Amino acid sequence: MKTKINVNGTLKTFEVKPDEYLLDTLRNSGCVSVRRGCDTTSCGVCTILLDGKPIASCSYLSCRADGHNVTTVEGIPKEVALIADFFGHEGADQCGYCNPSMALTIYAMKKELKNPSDDEIRAYLVGNLCRCSGYVAQHRAIRAYLEVE
Amino acid sequence: MKIDSYLKAKSVEEAYKVLKENKDAAVIAGGAWLKLMPKTIGTAIDLKGLGLDEITETDNEIVIGCMATLRQVEKYEALQEQYDGIISKSASSIMGVTVRNIATIGGTVAGKYGFSDLLPTLMVVDAELEFYKRGRVKLSEFMNEKGFADDILTHIYIKKVKSRGWFETMKNTAIDFPIINSAVIKSPEGYCIVIGARPYKAAYAIKSMEFINACKNPGTDEIAQAADIAADEMKFGKNQRGSAEYRKELCRTFVKRGLTEVIS
Repeated sequence: MKTKINVNGTLKTFEVKPDEYLLDTLRNSGCVSVRRGCDTTSCGVCTILLDGKPIASCSYLSCRADGHNVTTVEGIPKEVALIADFFGHEGADQCGYCNPSMALTIYAMKKELKNPSDDEIRAYLVGNLCRCSGYVAQHRAIRAYLEVE
Repeated sequence: MKIDSYLKAKSVEEAYKVLKENKDAAVIAGGAWLKLMPKTIGTAIDLKGLGLDEITETDNEIVIGCMATLRQVEKYEALQEQYDGIISKSASSIMGVTVRNIATIGGTVAGKYGFSDLLPTLMVVDAELEFYKRGRVKLSEFMNEKGFADDILTHIYIKKVKSRGWFETMKNTAIDFPIINSAVIKSPEGYCIVIGARPYKAAYAIKSMEFINACKNPGTDEIAQAADIAADEMKFGKNQRGSAEYRKELCRTFVKRGLTEVIS
């Protein structure tokens, strides 16, 4: 079935199966910054922004995204570069597999929450797992990023 | 999970008709856990775009559309004011934001999921459901019925009551399903206690409620007794998250904490 999705500002038409998930549609179209992890909504590495809201693309049917806007890290390069700088400065990444999903969730959080507390930041990132860092350095980097006007 | 065809319903009537005429059709709600279902759906009916994702208010009730996401429920201000915000709290304890932006309250309710953190709080506040053809029915009645709805759930109604409430869930990790959860309220009608994730579907602790409601000024001893009654009357099972015995002890502790909190 034909599905039109605006991906990072460009309207694209995809031929998708009824049980195809957005993760597969995006990866098959070359958008491999969207990662495959658990494939069952638990790890968060497949996070994308659907109309600005972070969702697990591994569990969102592609046909349901028809007429909607999808943002991946390629769609917000300046913000991602800024977040990456803070992550680098704080030593907040190791393998980097979760970085695109973290960047998108952090970006969405900054738009959604005003002056979030440490607990609110942790709660917002519950669904984004990092198996390397232990989150302490990431938390410092996120704090620094949130302070940027 | 396999889906043969997808229908974006143009109206609730169309969705209802397709559901009734096709045995293998199913309403997919948010679809967050579709993948985990070991079956084939002939026609996946999508209610998105029918305006059922709104949360509105009347003087006496909060009306939640079945397609409202758990994130919407969690953030809706008026819900944070009812019974110490237990509905918002239970919604916020489910997985992460990336899942709560997908999963819907309608899917949670219609699925009668034993692992649901939201259902115990909806039951304890005596929520009502509205089905397209059947009309309004109490959630407690729906939960007691065998099987699932063969109708379209459209709205969930919460009475506006500012009273004491308590909710707690026990999990191995924040993104896991609960080992057990519990919701307790003190309303003008009395105390109400619901235990969920037993791992069976949520249920009222009837005998415990009868006991504590019969006490004039319940204190520490009565609360402890009510907790013992709840632990004894509820049926618990085992799964990979915990044994029946473990759940029974957690239930005792949760009821004690819940009653202590709402009585204080």
